[in-house]
Amino acid sequence: MLKFLLRRLIVAILVALTVLTLSFALTRLSGDLAISIAGPNATQQDVEIIRQAYGLNRPLTTQYFDWLVRAVQGDFGESYFFRDRVANLIGSRLPITMTLGLVGLLIALVVALPLGIIAAVRENSWVDRTVMMVALIGQAMPSFWLGLILMVWLGLNLDLLPISGTGGPEYYVMPGIVLSFSAIPSLMRLTRSGMIEALSSDYIRTARAKGLSRLSILVKHAFRNAAIPVVAIAAVQLGFMLGGSIVIESVFAMHGVGYLAWESIGKNDFPVVQAVVLVLALIYIALTLLADLLNAVLDPRLRTA
Amino acid sequence: MSALLDVRNLRVTFGGTAAVRGASLTVEKGETHCLVGESGCGKSVTALALMGLLARGGKREADALSFAGQDIRNLGERDMSRLRGDRMAMIVQEPMTSLNPADTVGSQLTEVLRRHRGASRAQAVDRAAELLGRVGITAPGLRLGQYPHQLSGGLRQRVMIAMALMCDPELLIADEPTTALDVTVQAQILRLLAELQAEFGLGILLITHDLGVVARIADRVSVMYAGEVVESAPTAELFAAPQHPYTRGLLTCVPVPGKVKRGEPLGSIPGVVPRIPPGFVGCSFRDRCAYAHAACKHDIPRQHAGPDHEALCTLPPGWTDRAAA
Amino acid sequence: MSVTVVPGTGAARRLLRNIGFVVGATIVGVTLIVAILAPWITPYDPFAVDLVHRLVPPSFMEDGTPANFLGTDQLGRDYLSRLIYGARISMIIGIATVITSGIIGTTLGILGGFYGGRMDDVVMFLITARLSIPVVLVALAVAGLLGSSFILVILVLGLLLWDRFAVVARSTTMQIRTLDYVSAAWCAGSSQASVLLREILPNIATHLAVVATLEMALAILLEAALSFLGLGVPAPLPSWGLMIAEAKEYMFFTPWVILVPGIALFVLVLGVNLLGDALRDLLGTDLNR
Ligand SMILES: Nc1ncnc2c1ncn2[C@@H]1O[C@H](COP(=O)(O)OP(=O)(O)OP(=O)(O)O)[C@@H](O)[C@H]1O
Ligand SMILES: [Mg+2]
Repeated sequence: MLKFLLRRLIVAILVALTVLTLSFALTRLSGDLAISIAGPNATQQDVEIIRQAYGLNRPLTTQYFDWLVRAVQGDFGESYFFRDRVANLIGSRLPITMTLGLVGLLIALVVALPLGIIAAVRENSWVDRTVMMVALIGQAMPSFWLGLILMVWLGLNLDLLPISGTGGPEYYVMPGIVLSFSAIPSLMRLTRSGMIEALSSDYIRTARAKGLSRLSILVKHAFRNAAIPVVAIAAVQLGFMLGGSIVIESVFAMHGVGYLAWESIGKNDFPVVQAVVLVLALIYIALTLLADLLNAVLDPRLRTA
Repeated sequence: MSALLDVRNLRVTFGGTAAVRGASLTVEKGETHCLVGESGCGKSVTALALMGLLARGGKREADALSFAGQDIRNLGERDMSRLRGDRMAMIVQEPMTSLNPADTVGSQLTEVLRRHRGASRAQAVDRAAELLGRVGITAPGLRLGQYPHQLSGGLRQRVMIAMALMCDPELLIADEPTTALDVTVQAQILRLLAELQAEFGLGILLITHDLGVVARIADRVSVMYAGEVVESAPTAELFAAPQHPYTRGLLTCVPVPGKVKRGEPLGSIPGVVPRIPPGFVGCSFRDRCAYAHAACKHDIPRQHAGPDHEALCTLPPGWTDRAAA
Repeated sequence: MSVTVVPGTGAARRLLRNIGFVVGATIVGVTLIVAILAPWITPYDPFAVDLVHRLVPPSFMEDGTPANFLGTDQLGRDYLSRLIYGARISMIIGIATVITSGIIGTTLGILGGFYGGRMDDVVMFLITARLSIPVVLVALAVAGLLGSSFILVILVLGLLLWDRFAVVARSTTMQIRTLDYVSAAWCAGSSQASVLLREILPNIATHLAVVATLEMALAILLEAALSFLGLGVPAPLPSWGLMIAEAKEYMFFTPWVILVPGIALFVLVLGVNLLGDALRDLLGTDLNR
């Protein structure tokens, strides 16, 4: 088990290095970064000044290793637009994105787990088919559009929630609901199939033979087994949700890292974009590691092996 | 005084296929009733049907099905669950997959007592440790904290046995409970069951392939073939004067009780258990039977070869004696 | 029972009995036909601005006119015509992305699954690395750097959405690699390439088809999101995502302006997913037999 986790850790570090390299390459895609930074109205001279100022005249490999060494130390350079350390910018925006992601995940779990369990218990009934239809609808829902609909409906018509912006807990509800839609279908499907498998197993028959209550059979015996992969996938889903937060943050004008990245893309502020890509990727990598770890902790067969 | 378990004409179908087509048996208080028959004849399905634990799609019907004088045919899941594990317990056939892999052995054992008797955690743990000791598991304290995958097949089977005995049930339905155990452990388990019978009047329905075990502990034997109980008699009588040709076939290798070696296979009969189509009439064994005749294609009478000895056969009672003479 | 199942016809019959499949196929089929026939069936030029008739509601709503069935947008362009051309964009993006990512992912997956060992390690690594990259963010960043264009969206999505193809191709190839007929072809001296192309590929094709539907749905959604954020298909092309973005300012007064393209998008993606689910069910029963 330890060996497996160690191996996963090494792979994770390699992936992180790859992502570091890719996020460097990303900003060099356009060929001459100095021209992009300077903008369309800049003179040849302006471009040259920028090239000097940002060290873009050095050989690409030097630039790369310089970026690598600094990035590993958490130094992502300075934002061209905000005139601030990128690390500071991200540090102040990340809590908003993380909170949003966790709210989304929480909503997703609260919806997906009970529905998945009910669908499994009533397999092939109309309840099951309805739940599966909900999964399909969630999968087909364009998140940004759903966000707009909620803004009109909950925000304007019903006046229940603030339409957009960054602020107290109530500002996280609508974006959280929208974000949860991307995780609900897969969590629900996984819960359902895990429960169906568990419920038809011999150990559930044993639990019934022991005369346990229905609740104890469902929760203590069936769900305990079905939940193991769900918990792991939930961690991975959180990673995907954070990666997708850029759309939702822009729709709701929430000033998290996604919004920061979107603004920065529009302003050709590449150090920021680069760093956000990197940070979100690293968080995803950490979450997949966490998923493996959770799996190992929750599954006694792995834990004690 | 009615029997502890009384089953009349039990039928179980899975969709179109009939797994049990008419099983009648009784288990008295303190009695051991053995159910024998070839693989696939419906023994396990019968046992599960009695407990109300048939797999999805299984349908149960019976002319009578009573436990301790109570008709349990129409008992709801809630009422059934009060009986199960408490007054009627079952040891299932598959010990390898029948324990919850995500839960400790101790938790799975103690929850039975806690559910039915409202026992405290400590009481339940004591009881579990005691029973593990009695089924021959050394270091019960250690085992209680372990997970099923850390236990061998034999250990798991004994955990299953202990689990069924947690609440001192009145009836124990045991489906091949000792297959994975070696001779000494098996002997220990059988002794334990005998003790419980003497002590509490435990009634046992034991499914087994091992005629040695049958000869040793059964008070009464029922023989199943293709979903029907074709013969039922007190053990000595069945071994001495089997009525049904199928029973005779099973016993060919073991004509006399007491001379049976352990683990000896049932006698082999040419052919295989047929699939019985719906609406089938007559004797299901007729295609493999050396004595089959025209009457075997019609309804078969239930004949009495003794006061307590029934057989489902067209041959006249006592025909074996004459054939031997 | 002696029911002989002819694979082809049995499968087709089961598909037709599946409501999800019928609905999904109808939605996708109609959208495809509409997309192909766009120039001939649109009532108006989708780019023709008419500032006098702006934000006219659909004809079935109050104040609607029969002239514009789905109304007009903020520049007075006919919504139905734009919607029809938008279908074209969505379908092209969906299909082109699936082809690009399908080729990349399937190649990687088959290589990893067939050869195993080091090769498989590399493929697994690539999949892991790819999954850690936030797709929308990177796509937006690339578009921001290189300037958004129709082709760029296809390329970026194609280069990013191959992971599921690779995962499925890899695992299915692993399963059938050891099967008799593959080993037989192998022993009979077929070249590696021919074993891969003739024996493996056709046998994993159905699984890949399921992935293709899922990825197509995802690509359509992502294109809409990118265009919505202004870094996908550039204006004045009538991408549904872009239509929603342009209508956003008016949604609090006339909500139908975002409902029309949004519902179109939702229904198309739902249709593609329904199709994929039906295929998967069919495969599921096939595997159980
Ligand atoms: N869940 C089920 N669905 C359909 N048929 C079943 C099911 N369970 C059992 N059967 C059928 O019922 C018949 C009897 O099976 P059963 O398990 O009772 O045999 P058995 O006598 O216990 O055999 P063994 O000695 O091998 O344990 C078999 O033909 C089996 O195929
Ligand atoms: Mg059995």
